[in-house]
Amino acid sequence: MTWEIVIGLETHAQLSTCSKIFSGSSTAFGASPNSQASAVDIALPGVLPVLNRGAVERAIRFGLAVGATISPRSIFARKNYFYPDLPKGYQISQYELPVVQGGSLTIMVGDVEKTVHLTRAHLEEDAGKSLHEDFHGMSGIDLNRAGTPLLEIVTEPDLNGPEEAVAYAKALHALVRWIGICDGNMQEGSFRCDANVSVRRSGEPLGTRCEIKNLNSFNFMDKAIRYEVRRQIELIEDGGRVVQETRLYDPDRDETRSMRSKEDAMDYRYFPDPDLLPLAITPQWIAEVKETMPELPGAKQERYTGEFGLSKYDARLLTQSRAWSDYFEVVLAGSGITDKAVAAKTVANLMTGELAATLNRSETDIENSPVTPDALAGLVRKSADGTLNNKLAKEVFAAMWAGEGDAATIIDKRGLQQISDSGEIEKIVDQVLAANAKSVEEFRAGKEKAFNALVGQVMKASKGKANPAQVNELLKKKLGG
Amino acid sequence: MLNFTLKQLTAELAARRLSSVEVATFFLQRINTLGKTLNAFISVDEEKTLAAAQAADRLIAAGKAGPLTGVPVAHKDIFCAKDWLTTCGSKMLANFRAPYDAHVIEQFNAAGAVTAGKTNMDEFAMGSSNETSFFGPVRNPWNFDTVPGGSSGGSAAAVAARLTPVATGTDTGGSIRQPAALTGICGLKPTYGVVSRYGMIAFASSLDQAGPFARTAEDLGLMLNVMAGFDARDSTSLQRDREDYTRDLQRPLAGKRIGLPREFFAEGMAPDVAKAIDEAIAQYRKLGCEMVEVGLPNMKLSVPVYYVLAPAEASSNLSRFDGVRYGYRAAEYRDLMEMYKKSRAQGFGAEVKRRILIGSYVLSHGYYDAYYIKAQKLRRLIAQDFTEAFKQCDVILGPTSPGTAFKIGEKSGDPVQMYLSDIYTIAVNLAGLPGMSLPCGFDRTNLPVGMQLIGDYFGEAKMLNVAHQYQLATDWHQQAPACVQSEG
Repeated sequence: MTWEIVIGLETHAQLSTCSKIFSGSSTAFGASPNSQASAVDIALPGVLPVLNRGAVERAIRFGLAVGATISPRSIFARKNYFYPDLPKGYQISQYELPVVQGGSLTIMVGDVEKTVHLTRAHLEEDAGKSLHEDFHGMSGIDLNRAGTPLLEIVTEPDLNGPEEAVAYAKALHALVRWIGICDGNMQEGSFRCDANVSVRRSGEPLGTRCEIKNLNSFNFMDKAIRYEVRRQIELIEDGGRVVQETRLYDPDRDETRSMRSKEDAMDYRYFPDPDLLPLAITPQWIAEVKETMPELPGAKQERYTGEFGLSKYDARLLTQSRAWSDYFEVVLAGSGITDKAVAAKTVANLMTGELAATLNRSETDIENSPVTPDALAGLVRKSADGTLNNKLAKEVFAAMWAGEGDAATIIDKRGLQQISDSGEIEKIVDQVLAANAKSVEEFRAGKEKAFNALVGQVMKASKGKANPAQVNELLKKKLGG
Repeated sequence: MLNFTLKQLTAELAARRLSSVEVATFFLQRINTLGKTLNAFISVDEEKTLAAAQAADRLIAAGKAGPLTGVPVAHKDIFCAKDWLTTCGSKMLANFRAPYDAHVIEQFNAAGAVTAGKTNMDEFAMGSSNETSFFGPVRNPWNFDTVPGGSSGGSAAAVAARLTPVATGTDTGGSIRQPAALTGICGLKPTYGVVSRYGMIAFASSLDQAGPFARTAEDLGLMLNVMAGFDARDSTSLQRDREDYTRDLQRPLAGKRIGLPREFFAEGMAPDVAKAIDEAIAQYRKLGCEMVEVGLPNMKLSVPVYYVLAPAEASSNLSRFDGVRYGYRAAEYRDLMEMYKKSRAQGFGAEVKRRILIGSYVLSHGYYDAYYIKAQKLRRLIAQDFTEAFKQCDVILGPTSPGTAFKIGEKSGDPVQMYLSDIYTIAVNLAGLPGMSLPCGFDRTNLPVGMQLIGDYFGEAKMLNVAHQYQLATDWHQQAPACVQSEG
């Protein structure tokens, strides 16, 4: 009997507004406790919320990016519960009528494309933070985060395993950053996921689900889901049954632990917030936001494969984030190569090869690459015009990474100009042939490998600067003659 | 000075026949004597009041006087006023000093008014008699054994007893109009959204609206001119051109159609109240008005609808009073849950707790549709009734309260009887319409009777015109309780 895993994800993306969703306080991370908590955030008697237009605009951007319905009218509701870091005793959220309904996201699971359907995305405010350390027998409350705008993005139970869940989370993470609505900083909690996990035997109705919280990295998400799936299957196979509950992932012990069962679930007593009017979004507003939308990853991939003839694989790598595609397009524009397809392939190879490897090795994002796209374009130009061969290009790239300046400066300083003067190459070839009589003999005796050894010797003698094509040609002529 | 209207007082101040300090001193003296007997004020701060009066005198001397410069205004203790205690009539906030001004307070400060003090009120504005106040009941100046009405009982008593020429209040289900009626003065609740709720401690957000108390309709208009205005900090504040609410006062009433809802006159009104209202109708006929019978068939549902919706909103609005950041916190507790429970159990009075319980119940899973959603639907029907009625008339007239002031303690053990005292006023809040009360007679025990006028949306100026013309023809509004006369 095979088991089928069913997962739905809920993601809280912190929206990148300067001020909070219902007050004018700053949302900047890391300020001293309660220095960014206004009268509204503290919930003094008499204060009222005023909706931040920027938060709504970001929700619209998201709706447009996932092809969702943007509700012409949506409602803010109060979710009532008591907690010290929830100053009003209720969270303003959206319940029955969310701002974004439906939509989907296409993800790649290995080499397979999959469409994940979204249920909804709604606006809400974040709570503050309770600090339990450093206060003997008491808790500290920091309300800087209270009122920070969030977009909660909910999928249908479309994900059938940890790989798919992680692939979706990564794709969503890339998308929200791509459209500029969330900085995606997972350490600071700007992008947080909860997973609803259930298992069933193939063909059976949906099993009972557990909600797993505290998945603050893709790695933890993968591990937590794997653990939870195993736990549920073992439970059922041992004759038990899964109880609907909320579980917390503990990364130190790599397990999920029960937080509260459904029986303990609070009654949030949702009702429309009478302090806020229904949120009206006109078609004009949507059209205005549409005008400012960047080209989305899917559209770009199509353009890269269609217009530039790149492989799907390359196109996906180059659109893994907006930073990657922006980088690619700047380099491409400055490549100096007239044939578009050749240019795109050259730049793509350089980026997915040398650049990606170096970024990986030094654990750096492309945003922080010491080699700027303009600098890389300079390198491409020097390769295209024959100044650099592959080997020299690598050396120049390494020097640029090390901060030695642009390609032209490095070539000049290190004297890395490729030697294409046939007289000069011939001189070196003659010297090498004279000094390697043994190899020459071996070649003449039919040992093909000896030819490569001679090429290597010539390149070495030229300090790698000889034009390899010319070297080949000359050697063949000399040895054949 | 005792019986000066706001209009007269501003004229005296502007002509510098009286100084603001003289006026403030005069009224503070009354607040500290008769005011204490009535328990009309929660906070009095002579130093602050006199300092503001001195500042007002300097403005007047410099020729920079605003519309109310130097006039003492008493504010219901529901409005946050910077550096003043703002208790909302509750133990929960007995130690709460507001760090900011409500929009209403800002408006009065900008107009040059002098805060005379913060007036007593039912706890969190929940009550119709001012008996739920943590600071004790307010006495009605007309009979110290009776209530002044509520929840703005302190403000109403203060104006009736000439402790202050004018005052502010708030009205969620009749909390301005009913105490105005029971104390023989005028009070007005504007159209929902005309006055910003920013800084006004919320009871039921979709119903709460601030408004003025005065002894004449004309003064109400002058007060409303100061209070009204768009405020971006309240999302339900309406963006409208400024208007002069006194602009129509002098219009003759001939041809005006006054709607008389048959449901108002069907039953429940005390005979003396009915008689006074009948006489007022006769007076309006004399002024050339035409009486039109109108129907408000869903009005009978307004009390039950109100007592679902208002507690629902209140239960959530009052959640912030948890003892964590400000206000009352229990002295001893073992853990967080106990701190919440004890702080709220000890900090709130019985009526507030009753409404939090009702509100939490009607919002609960499984009851929400049957109560809250149903009540919202009925609320729309109640509002539609008025829309239909206003197709046939300019203003609606009826009683403000079914009876006159009742004895302190008489209804406090019977919440339903207490709730029914707002039967004529509540529908107006549910519909968001403007309404006012003005005195129109006395019962056989010499307690004042109030008549209610209800206007169409933004019909404040028209309503004030109808009231002012009545006051030109009658002198009910000039009567003063014996406690005032005996003092001379």
